[in-house]
Amino acid sequence: MMDQMPTILMLAPFIGAVGLSLLAWRRPAAAMPVVFGALAITVLAAVLTLREVLANGTITYLLSGWDRLPERAAGMAVGIEYKIDAFNALVLVLIPAIALINALYLRTRLAVECAGKEILYAILYLLLVVGLCGMVITNDAFNLYVLLEISSLTSYALIGIGRRRAAHATFNYIMTGTIGASFFLLGVGYLYIQVGTLNIGDIHEALMASSELRELASIKVAAMMIMAGLWLKMGLFPLHGWLPNAYRYAPTATGSLMAPLVTKVMVVVMLRMMVSLFGLDYLFAELNWRPVIVGIACVAILAGSFFALAQRDIRGMLCFLIVAEVGYMVGGAWLGNEAGITGAAYHVLSDACMTFCLFLAVAAIILRTGEHRLSAFRGAFRKMPVAMAAFTVGALSMVGLPPTCGFFSKWYLLIGGVEAGQWHYVACLLISSLVNAVLFFRIFEIALMKVEVEESGSFDVDALPEDPEDRWERVPVGTIVAMIVAATAVLTIGLLNRPIASFIATWIGQAVEVAP
Amino acid sequence: MELLTLTAQFEWILGKSNYWASTVLLLIGLHAMISKNNLIKKLIGMSIFQTGIILFYVSAGAKHGAQIPIVHYGHDSHESHDKAAHAAEHAADAGQQVAEAAAPAANHAANHAADATHTLGETLYVNPLPHVLMLTAIVVGVATLGLALAMVQKVYAAYGSIEEDEVLDAIADSTADSTVDSTVDRTVKGTPEA
Amino acid sequence: MMPILGSTASTVTEPSLLPVFACLASLLAIPGILAFRKSPNAREGVTFIAGGIKLALVLMMVPGVLSGKMYEFRFFELVEGVGLEFRVDGLGLLFGIVASFLWLCTTLYAIGYMRAHHETNQTRFFSFFALSLCATLGVAFAGNLLTLYIFYEMLSLSTFPLVSHHGDKKARTGGRTYLSYLLGASIGLALPALIFCYTRSPEGMDFMTGGFMAGKVGATEAAILLLMFAYGFAKCGLMPLHSWLPGAMVAPTPVSALLHAVAVVKVGVFCVIRVVTGVFGTDFLLEVDAATALQWAAAITVVVSSLIALSQDNLKRMLAFSTIGQLGYIVLGVALLSPKGVAGSMLHIAMHATGKITLFMCAGAIFVATGKKYISQMEGMGRTMPLTFAAFFIGSLSVIGLPPTGGFISKFYLVMGTIEAGKIPLLVVFLVSTILNAAYFMPIVFRAFFPRGPTAPFRWDRVQEVPKACLIPILITATITLLAFFVPELGQRLAALMVPGL
Repeated sequence: MMDQMPTILMLAPFIGAVGLSLLAWRRPAAAMPVVFGALAITVLAAVLTLREVLANGTITYLLSGWDRLPERAAGMAVGIEYKIDAFNALVLVLIPAIALINALYLRTRLAVECAGKEILYAILYLLLVVGLCGMVITNDAFNLYVLLEISSLTSYALIGIGRRRAAHATFNYIMTGTIGASFFLLGVGYLYIQVGTLNIGDIHEALMASSELRELASIKVAAMMIMAGLWLKMGLFPLHGWLPNAYRYAPTATGSLMAPLVTKVMVVVMLRMMVSLFGLDYLFAELNWRPVIVGIACVAILAGSFFALAQRDIRGMLCFLIVAEVGYMVGGAWLGNEAGITGAAYHVLSDACMTFCLFLAVAAIILRTGEHRLSAFRGAFRKMPVAMAAFTVGALSMVGLPPTCGFFSKWYLLIGGVEAGQWHYVACLLISSLVNAVLFFRIFEIALMKVEVEESGSFDVDALPEDPEDRWERVPVGTIVAMIVAATAVLTIGLLNRPIASFIATWIGQAVEVAP
Repeated sequence: MELLTLTAQFEWILGKSNYWASTVLLLIGLHAMISKNNLIKKLIGMSIFQTGIILFYVSAGAKHGAQIPIVHYGHDSHESHDKAAHAAEHAADAGQQVAEAAAPAANHAANHAADATHTLGETLYVNPLPHVLMLTAIVVGVATLGLALAMVQKVYAAYGSIEEDEVLDAIADSTADSTVDSTVDRTVKGTPEA
Repeated sequence: MMPILGSTASTVTEPSLLPVFACLASLLAIPGILAFRKSPNAREGVTFIAGGIKLALVLMMVPGVLSGKMYEFRFFELVEGVGLEFRVDGLGLLFGIVASFLWLCTTLYAIGYMRAHHETNQTRFFSFFALSLCATLGVAFAGNLLTLYIFYEMLSLSTFPLVSHHGDKKARTGGRTYLSYLLGASIGLALPALIFCYTRSPEGMDFMTGGFMAGKVGATEAAILLLMFAYGFAKCGLMPLHSWLPGAMVAPTPVSALLHAVAVVKVGVFCVIRVVTGVFGTDFLLEVDAATALQWAAAITVVVSSLIALSQDNLKRMLAFSTIGQLGYIVLGVALLSPKGVAGSMLHIAMHATGKITLFMCAGAIFVATGKKYISQMEGMGRTMPLTFAAFFIGSLSVIGLPPTGGFISKFYLVMGTIEAGKIPLLVVFLVSTILNAAYFMPIVFRAFFPRGPTAPFRWDRVQEVPKACLIPILITATITLLAFFVPELGQRLAALMVPGL
């Protein structure tokens, strides 16, 4: 049973989704229990998998029992493999955990924001989790594309369920997302043509073994296309155009699920491609892209931070901060040293938690006050202490003040930047921290001092949830619990940064050792 | 002689014609997605873009004088031959749901087909793996197209137009009309003139 | 390398929870303060009890530290090789005593001031006050550079609501200036310097006598890092990153007293002293001659701020610039790298604290009693408020550095330090600034007691002093300022622990 955990965690939400679609069409009340049940099983399975990885190292799992094939024993590469190593296992726990905690918030919004479509929403929600989990652990390049598209399609639909402007934002997202996924597919195609296999581990070995292969232009193009596709999907500036509107006009429960997860999982995939598929040697010694990409990342960080500063709309501000955070991670990963990649990997975890914390808190504040601009924060410390406490923890983490996880991820990234001598990256990280400080302390001022905010920027009807009259009298208990858990996670991941970082380092170390 | 050297010189066009075709389709699709104003035309561009990729993959598996990867009964039977037939049938039946299982199956079949080549004479089979991969990609493309069409419908219902510039104007109008005061009754604006 | 040695033969580190409890005492007061928000007396009582406990715990550590022990507590490891650690040595304890004692005085004063002024949001005020003190002791007892940084940032954040307490536009602007300078400098300068030190010294960043960075960086690097730290810890008020201090004068006077005497600026110079002695080490800096730039930065701060203070009419602003100058003394003293200079700077933390807090509390008391804040308005006030102005006189003597106040002792050490280091131009700087200090303080007192123009003869029954709750702390701190001259041993011994060769 234990060794089937990887599939169990993928199957539980999948069966939940299929079950809902077949059996519960007319029963909207079944949506949330099934979501909770399926996600709880997934979290449990993911935690057990993590324990297994902690105890025994990397787990390899062949789907559909192909490992029993005699040809497999003879060394022939068949079947689709899932490979769960140190870093994957951590992200694998994070994804369903965030989805589950978000479901506490979702419960209060489902009937309101998606009236009549609860079952559909729940199905899409579960399938998104399947797609994200799978993307993280699969070891087959084309399977990765399939799961990428599964998560993309479900996320398009989850956003498109929203109000009027969501439709147009989703349409743009579909256009850009398809281009991104197609580039990825093209890259995989190039690799398949040259190497002959789709298994990521086998491609890596083939690349390591043969230097003629490495010198081919088509491998370079493959790397370029895969990276470009992933950057489109994760919203690296200047390929980020779809992101702010898509997350801003999505239903709030979608926003708080997707903002922490989707872009971060794309970063995880990029890290997999860098470390496990192409290998750090190839990328940094032979293709010398580091200066260009770190430069782009620096621009992304600055652009994201300054655009966020210019926003009058709270959720828009957070969306541009996501763009800046993607810049952190891409820059850190492309520093090429162990500290940088550890920093980027740790930042995936920490950014997911702090974005989640912020989005939940902001959703609560918007729903309570009925206002989506900065003036929503007036006197918020007194009116909504828990939401503002969670917001404060998330904000301090974004600025990078200890002991939140944001400080420690900046710590690793800065060390990586100093060691690699990329001083512009170091400077951009610090500037962005300062800009974030300005951003958030402006809000703290408004919240603490009950300041009258002169609103520049018109009131955007579409930025609010469905019914203007729908406001919360009090924040529901489920949401309060969710916010507390999210804020605790931010602090815990920060204080536990050393075990987590050294665990991640074993993954990077393993990948380097595997190369002959 | 001259004709040979001529074709040899243009080998990089003629020999790679499939890649050129695929590239042209990709560019046409990309151009349509970016520059067309009509949302449906953008979607057509998206379809063309995805078709370009499908062409790329499938043509990469083609070989000169090769057959489609279906084993005909009546050739010399071989153990692996039957297995290949079995697996090939499975591959054919597979469809999108079991694409993941089918891919290794097809890989399996392809490897066996390669073995079978020796036993089956000079008949070659095209590589069936890209075909199966592209089955998945086609399905993904269809799903994306369907979803995008649904979004176009929603855009039309909300803004009364499927021309990008008109939609953006309508959005700008509706935002400008919103009042700053959050206590004012905010009923959704009626659809503008089509 | 061994942890900090004093001039005593051996140093023993003793694991103890005392520093932890001392630091936490005020943090744990906060729930009490919040709980009693409806009953002001109970609420203030909680603060007093917490302050008393804090002071008691700090004083309990005195005998041990004087005999050469260091109380230590290691929390967990935060990053590879560096953890959250408390270690109480002479300097930390000196600062800790100053901070906890003056907190009690300031709290008493704050009660009088806030009530007389009918200030709003008093609960919020006292809660953040308590939080700031927790952060201050955290800085005082920090055992390594990372812990120091963490509590430094915590102090910036917890004093921000205090500075913009009034909530009006001026207060918010002052608060914004405050935070942008402090956070901007710490994130932009101190943090990268910290990380650079970590990359050079990954095995640990514990403060040591010889400095844990000694020998790991070259001369230019050391000089640049030193400047980055000195400007990065902008609470020490080195020009040109000093503007936050006059800007923070929009805060209520107890906050100004806290800022100037008890916590904020003292934390700034404390951090600079730690960097010079514990991170780089005076010997190493002397060897590579990396502290010259810092000496001149401090010297310029001293002179320029004194000149600006001369031109001020607003009493609090004048005191702010006076503080900047005095902080310059402390930084200059430690940058001299000579034993007497370093000891003088440590002593000056304590002496300046007592003197300045007296001055600030007087300024605030005058405002509460008469509503006047401009020096030009204070002619003849000495006749109606003799005790207040007497205390003001004592405070200004201390800041100028004249006997019989404690300020004289620390100034003596500082001046000896310049001679020891052989830097005669800096000696001149000290003397000139002393004259300037006298030039802006003495007229105030003189005019207060002996105004121009005709006056009625002095009579005790025409005295209208400030409210008792404000007056008592003023008198207490003024007395301490006098006492420090006659009984300076505690401060001297604690400082001597830190400076080998004194």
